[in-house]
Amino acid sequence: MIAFVVRRLLQSIGVMLAVGLIAFSLFNYVGDPINNMVGQDTTLEQRQELRERLGLDDPFFVQYGRFLVNAVQGDFGISYRHRRPVADLITERVPATLELSFIAAVLALFIGVPMGVYTGLHRRGALSQVFLSVSLVGVSLPTFLIGILLILVFGVMSQDINAAVGFYLVPQLPTFGRGDTVQLGWWSTGFLTKSGLLALILPSITLALFQMTLIMRLVRSEMLEVLRTDYIKFARARGLTNRAVNFGHALKNTLVPVITITGLQLGSIIAFSLITEQVFQWPGMGLLFIQAINEVDIPVMASYLMMIGFFFVFINLVVDLLYYVVDPRLRADKAVSGGHQ
Amino acid sequence: MAVGENQQAGVRRGFATHLADGVRRFFHGDLWHSFTRSPVVMVSAVITVVFVASAIFAPLVAPYDPFDLASIDLLDSEIPPIWIEGGDPRFLLGTDDQGRGILSTMIYGARISLGVGFASVLFAMVLGVGLGLLSGYLGGTVDAIIMRIADVQLTFPAILIALLIDGLSRTVLPRDLHGEIWFYVLVLAIGLSFWVQYARTVRGSAMVERSKEYVQAAQVIGIPPLLIMLRHVLPNVMGPVLVIATINLAIAVITEATLSFLGVGVPPTSPSLGTLIRVGNDFLFSGSWWITIFPGAALAILVLAVNLLGDWLRDALNPKLR
Repeated sequence: MIAFVVRRLLQSIGVMLAVGLIAFSLFNYVGDPINNMVGQDTTLEQRQELRERLGLDDPFFVQYGRFLVNAVQGDFGISYRHRRPVADLITERVPATLELSFIAAVLALFIGVPMGVYTGLHRRGALSQVFLSVSLVGVSLPTFLIGILLILVFGVMSQDINAAVGFYLVPQLPTFGRGDTVQLGWWSTGFLTKSGLLALILPSITLALFQMTLIMRLVRSEMLEVLRTDYIKFARARGLTNRAVNFGHALKNTLVPVITITGLQLGSIIAFSLITEQVFQWPGMGLLFIQAINEVDIPVMASYLMMIGFFFVFINLVVDLLYYVVDPRLRADKAVSGGHQ
Repeated sequence: MAVGENQQAGVRRGFATHLADGVRRFFHGDLWHSFTRSPVVMVSAVITVVFVASAIFAPLVAPYDPFDLASIDLLDSEIPPIWIEGGDPRFLLGTDDQGRGILSTMIYGARISLGVGFASVLFAMVLGVGLGLLSGYLGGTVDAIIMRIADVQLTFPAILIALLIDGLSRTVLPRDLHGEIWFYVLVLAIGLSFWVQYARTVRGSAMVERSKEYVQAAQVIGIPPLLIMLRHVLPNVMGPVLVIATINLAIAVITEATLSFLGVGVPPTSPSLGTLIRVGNDFLFSGSWWITIFPGAALAILVLAVNLLGDWLRDALNPKLR
């Protein structure tokens, strides 16, 4: 167990060092950092002095080490474009992305799992076929297209649709930004105002749809697999109720892969929020990053790279360790092979 | 000399009969049978063929050349589709803000989308199959290094990797150079984000093949490892690769469209479907929905059709499901 944890930890640190190296090279070798900081009328002597003061003449690994130390302390330099510390920019933007991703994850889980269970239990049911067709469309439609369609229906055409059908069928929903937010310390939340909550609806559905279909298909195939096993047949032979068999035995045994995949998907929700943020102009980290790419704002790009890298490595580490804890077979295998050696 | 010619003729005749045999076997085989049994798959195939054909023959199929400045008139801008009041019979699906026919820009857009899609799938396939073969056949340190890199890459979603590579190339390359080589940059970015799947699949099969007798026989008679890999192992591991490639085409097209939508993919001077959607998105609120919705629908239909084909191919080639 300890060997496993140590190996995974070392691997994670290795990945982070590699990501850091890319971010650092970006910082130092794309353009001249001095040119990016000073005005045109700075003399050569002043430039050289600044260069020495910032340590840009030091050997590569000294600079890289200093970059890492700064990054660990949350110091990512100053944005070329906003003229403010990148750490501040990111702190402002993090709550928007995390709130959106959280709601999307909750939606995906609480709709996707029941749909998966239903389609697994009623394989040939009409409703199952509907769910499966919808999920195929959900997989095929790119995220941004779903967002645009939702904006078209709930933002642009809702009044026309309501006028056409004669009653209030489609509500008018906000399609732009976060609405009003309340400041709790450094965290700005949209959960406490009506406009903030309304603004969350369309983006979170857009973000959740793909993950929802993914979770649904996963739960369905796991259910189908488990329902075929001997212990389910035995449970039925013992005369247990359908309810007990389906939920007590079958669903419970599908949950290990579901938890793992959902955990890993948390990372991709944050990655895909980048697209949703662009569609709905949601002021989160993704939007900041896209703007940084278009404006060649390298400190922001580098720190986003580091943050997202850290985030994914962390999630993967936690999921791997959880898997080890949750699934006894992994430990048993290890013990057996250890005994043979 | 005469013997050589005889042999050549024999080879040629052999090839022709082989080909005829292959065609006959294909139409009597399981694959063709399951194809004719499923209307959904046949419709998907027709849609895909229509898209690919109109992409290849875009200059012949499209009513106008959207890049020919002489044929564009700004007075024609934002005309709705012909079945809506104010429509113009010259433009079946209406026009965009610059007076270009939507249908024409869509056909040329699909050409670019599919071009990038095919090229990046091919690139990912060559890279992934090559590395997978090396990894599975050689084993040892090579295997460990390649698979470690693959593991690390799998931790990040493909779209993020493509975005990062494309974004980085934008900052590293000078702007006008990037304007010229955007196609290769995109293919590289999308291809690099998808190679792992091929490598893992091929590695698995190559490890199995390595220990089989025909490979050992080849080793014994002294054929160099590279030749064994390419001539003997490769044909035996290609089956699953083609299935992955079909499904990957859909993902590659979506990835390209997403990158273009985010403004980092295809430049607006030669718009793909994704670029068209992004440009049209700005006109959604002014009521000109057709500028963005038609390219969007085309993209969705294309991806859906390719996905259905891929799913069918996977099931049809999987002996477990027969």
